[in-house]
Amino acid sequence: MVAIDIESEEGQREALRRMLTIRAFDTKAGDLFGDGELPGFVHLYIGEEAVAVGACSALEEEDYITSTHRGHGHCIAKGLEPEQMMSELYGKRDGYCNGKGGSMHIADVDAGMLGANGIVGAGPPLATGAALTSHLRGEDTVALAFFGDGAVAQGQIHEAINIAATWKLPAIFLVENNQFGEGTPVEKQHNVQHLSETAEAYNIPGFTVDGMDVTAVFEAVREARKRALNGEGPTFIEADTYRYRGHFEGDQQPYRTKEDVAIWQDRDAIESFKQKLIDAGTITEAEFDEMESEIHDRIEQAAADAKEAPYPDPSEAYEDMFSATVPEINEFARQMRADGGERQ
Amino acid sequence: MSTESRSGSGPAQTEEMTVREAIRLALREELERDEDVFLIGEDVGAFGGVFEVTGGLVEDFGEKRVRDTPISEAGFMGAAVGAAATGTRPVVEIMFADFMGVCSEQIINQMAKNRYMFGGKTEMPVTVRTTEGGGMGAASQHSGTLHTWFAHFPGVMAVAPGTPRAAKGLLKSAIRSNDPVFVFENKMIYEQKGEVPLDEDYTIPLGQAKVEREGEDVTVVATQRMVGESLDLAEELDGDISAEVIDLRSLYPLDTDTLVESVKKTGRLVIADESPLSYGTHAEVATRVMENAFYSLDAPVQRVGVADVHIPFSPELENEVLPHGDDVEAAIRRIM
Repeated sequence: MVAIDIESEEGQREALRRMLTIRAFDTKAGDLFGDGELPGFVHLYIGEEAVAVGACSALEEEDYITSTHRGHGHCIAKGLEPEQMMSELYGKRDGYCNGKGGSMHIADVDAGMLGANGIVGAGPPLATGAALTSHLRGEDTVALAFFGDGAVAQGQIHEAINIAATWKLPAIFLVENNQFGEGTPVEKQHNVQHLSETAEAYNIPGFTVDGMDVTAVFEAVREARKRALNGEGPTFIEADTYRYRGHFEGDQQPYRTKEDVAIWQDRDAIESFKQKLIDAGTITEAEFDEMESEIHDRIEQAAADAKEAPYPDPSEAYEDMFSATVPEINEFARQMRADGGERQ
Repeated sequence: MSTESRSGSGPAQTEEMTVREAIRLALREELERDEDVFLIGEDVGAFGGVFEVTGGLVEDFGEKRVRDTPISEAGFMGAAVGAAATGTRPVVEIMFADFMGVCSEQIINQMAKNRYMFGGKTEMPVTVRTTEGGGMGAASQHSGTLHTWFAHFPGVMAVAPGTPRAAKGLLKSAIRSNDPVFVFENKMIYEQKGEVPLDEDYTIPLGQAKVEREGEDVTVVATQRMVGESLDLAEELDGDISAEVIDLRSLYPLDTDTLVESVKKTGRLVIADESPLSYGTHAEVATRVMENAFYSLDAPVQRVGVADVHIPFSPELENEVLPHGDDVEAAIRRIM
């Protein structure tokens, strides 16, 4: 279940719950990484929750998304379970990718999540392809690509949007402008004031929305989805947002000050949406606290369970390359074993 | 039209046709067999492909399934990957293998890695057809033989037919496979003729080489254009030297067993492939044989290929660098 009616009270509470889940998950992931619990590296989505939740809440379960290296928020918003995600971050067997992908490659194709992606700009062509499947099969589904402001400078994005626009494919291109491509500010990477202006080049609609406003993102994607299903082709949406943490955990962030971050934190998407719901009587402060506490407990439990979960067997490193085993892999794996013995 | 016996399945109809016609027949049959199969590439539709391989298909299957693309190799290769991950079976045409660099990201980091990175939970039924090889004065950016790159890179399979029969059977297996398969077509053998089975379910399993001619004195493992030239050479040498000629057909997976069995019989190995020699397809074939039949070798393994240069334009220069049957003969005579 991903689609919600954001005009209903229940839908609004669900949107809030999803944003809180993302923040709790990534806060915990950051803590675990800082404690040396997680291998590799992690890119946290904290601050940008309204974009993923606003967008995915306007999608149906059968719709597809492509993601980025900063993908935890997209996963949760598309309905993936934090428990299996946490296991993947730990490199455990019961993670979404059986421990082979990690933070940057979480995927669940059955849930319409075509993968977090370590290559900036690689997602939009995949979304164009998923939209092509929909077109070829006459399905009522769309594909939405999340990508960052840095990715807009990548050539393959242009190719993907041009193809989708020319073929009127049911795709949505959503750039999360979090103001920095790694450590370089957006104005040093692009010659346009708003990235959405690039849409003009493809003769498709382009909008900039407040990415700190979950309702604004939801409404923009809902409209884009309608257009896509009407055969009117893709829409380019820019969501202005901000990441509160470094590009990756451990980033010293010489490119900005704490005051810069505070300006955005003052308009925090979760705080402002919470206040809006409290003001409207949709949720009480006590109900909010209970929701937050439930989510906190769930994430703590997920982390504790993931820590205890079994690792994959080393022999699994040689599985999943192809739909069926090729002789080379078995033979070479056997040769490379120090004891020359058979792998089970 | 003639008939031939195939082991286990009785007589089967064959017809003489060119490599080009065999590929087109395979595409036509698979488009008819499975609605999820579609062609995507530059000028594959009304134009029929620059080498006319896809000619006539758009008339029968429509523009939806025989899709002309913008000149956006990265974009449509990526779209093919996304389409395959979501349930369709794209057959991509990259006009010249030399253009692979333009779309390599989508091949290397998406197509080849997704199944593995996702713990085996996605299928990737993409076929990529492309043309290779020098011989028509197309110069360095339209004549390269790059298949070693893809045979080397984990997560994709690679085949390179040397006969019309192999062209049909391998391409059909590629399209039916749930894994990414690259089909490398040498552009100089599109007109080469041979008998091709008409059976609509005729496929050649990926990972099987074929002994095209039996011999006793030397094994010539050849690919693409070098298969035909090696077969012609073997006929010329007949009575003097008995050469066994194997069409390698599948670069990855590689049929070690057939190679080893042959070398155990002949004791000599020549590898003829149009790749640059360093770190090439030749090296992998040689290593597989040496790992498994070292003590059967009576002479050093010989390689016939391109001497680590690009394919030049001038016919004088191009002819100089391309391997031919006489180079195979010289290699054989060095070790007899």
